[in-house]
Amino acid sequence: MHGFANPARFLRLARSLTMPLLMAGLVITGASLVWGLLGAPAEKLQGDSVRILFVHVPAAWLGMGGWTAIAVASLTELVWRHPLAGIGARAIALPGAVFSALCLITGSLWGRPAWGTWWVWDGRLTSMLVLLFLYLAYLALADAANRDGAGQSRIPAIFGLVGAANIPIIHYSVLWWNSLHQPPSISMGKSAMAPEFLWGLLAATLGFSLLFGAVVLMRMRAILADQQAEARLRRRAMEAADA
Amino acid sequence: MSQPGATSQPVKAKHQRLILVLIALAALIGAALLAAWALRSQASYFYVPADIASNPPEADRAVRLGGMVEAGSLKTNADGVTIRFVVGDGKARVPVQFKGIVPDLFKEGSGVVAEGKLGRDGTFVANNLLAKHDEKYVPREMAGMSADQARKTVEETR
Repeated sequence: MHGFANPARFLRLARSLTMPLLMAGLVITGASLVWGLLGAPAEKLQGDSVRILFVHVPAAWLGMGGWTAIAVASLTELVWRHPLAGIGARAIALPGAVFSALCLITGSLWGRPAWGTWWVWDGRLTSMLVLLFLYLAYLALADAANRDGAGQSRIPAIFGLVGAANIPIIHYSVLWWNSLHQPPSISMGKSAMAPEFLWGLLAATLGFSLLFGAVVLMRMRAILADQQAEARLRRRAMEAADA
Repeated sequence: MSQPGATSQPVKAKHQRLILVLIALAALIGAALLAAWALRSQASYFYVPADIASNPPEADRAVRLGGMVEAGSLKTNADGVTIRFVVGDGKARVPVQFKGIVPDLFKEGSGVVAEGKLGRDGTFVANNLLAKHDEKYVPREMAGMSADQARKTVEETR
């Protein structure tokens, strides 16, 4: 892992991976969403509104997966001081926030026809909203820490670890507490979902995950480029002062 | 970013940080679990019939009641807009009365969350109904249709 402590090496790999990830992600996501819209069967009780599943569930998983990745990167940052860990966490936060917001929006649109309400303050919906707020706070904090200069990424890393406490709460909210949201359909290799829905869902999740990965690589490259440009400016300013 | 301590004894500093972070994480997870345990009744979105039976809320206090609509219990009053049904959870049963438009997914044998008040006669008077569906997703064609459902599907395609 510390082989990538050299950003040049990481950048070479990232540059060659970004486009394939992006293209594969676009194709798989597009195909699975078109299939979800036109090819998937209507659900027994919910009818056509079940099709929003193919956006809602991958968005929820990626929102939660994104913060899990931030927590792992934060641990790496705090313990091993890996130079890319903080940059990776910052890069993940934006797509993570977008997917959490997408989960909440599609969930609200789905809740109206299925439950009869746009929003309720039950355990699942509330803890997912908290996750979105955590992402927004993380983005602001990491941005501020970055402006304070290199080596100030420890506070966002601590926040990233603390915020991870919300991830199991989101998962177990529907099991611990009575909630309007139903318990998970897929757990430990078992699926209460008919295969028609399950395979479409897994394909859409793969597609969205590839897009997520592509965006993270792009953002990491952008952050590294920013840091290089800043370092160069600082060096020039110093040379000018010496002259 | 290297620190003076980190350069002289790199392994030790690293391990020290790892242990510190792990202790902090364990404390954090413990705190979160304690909080979740303390919230176990407050964070629930509704009472189940067994809760209502063992510890009935004061009359006229707004509460939510959740459970299954018992099969065969759904009746419409003579006025045509007031419905009555029984919500059960396998342990207790609460009769519910509601006047208004029900959500599409509200039906017998399915989950419901009723918002309202427990009347003095033990009937729950709901002012809003939310449908609660389960985690099973079954395609319409495959759903070993009953005669009733088949008739509905045919009506929909007409």
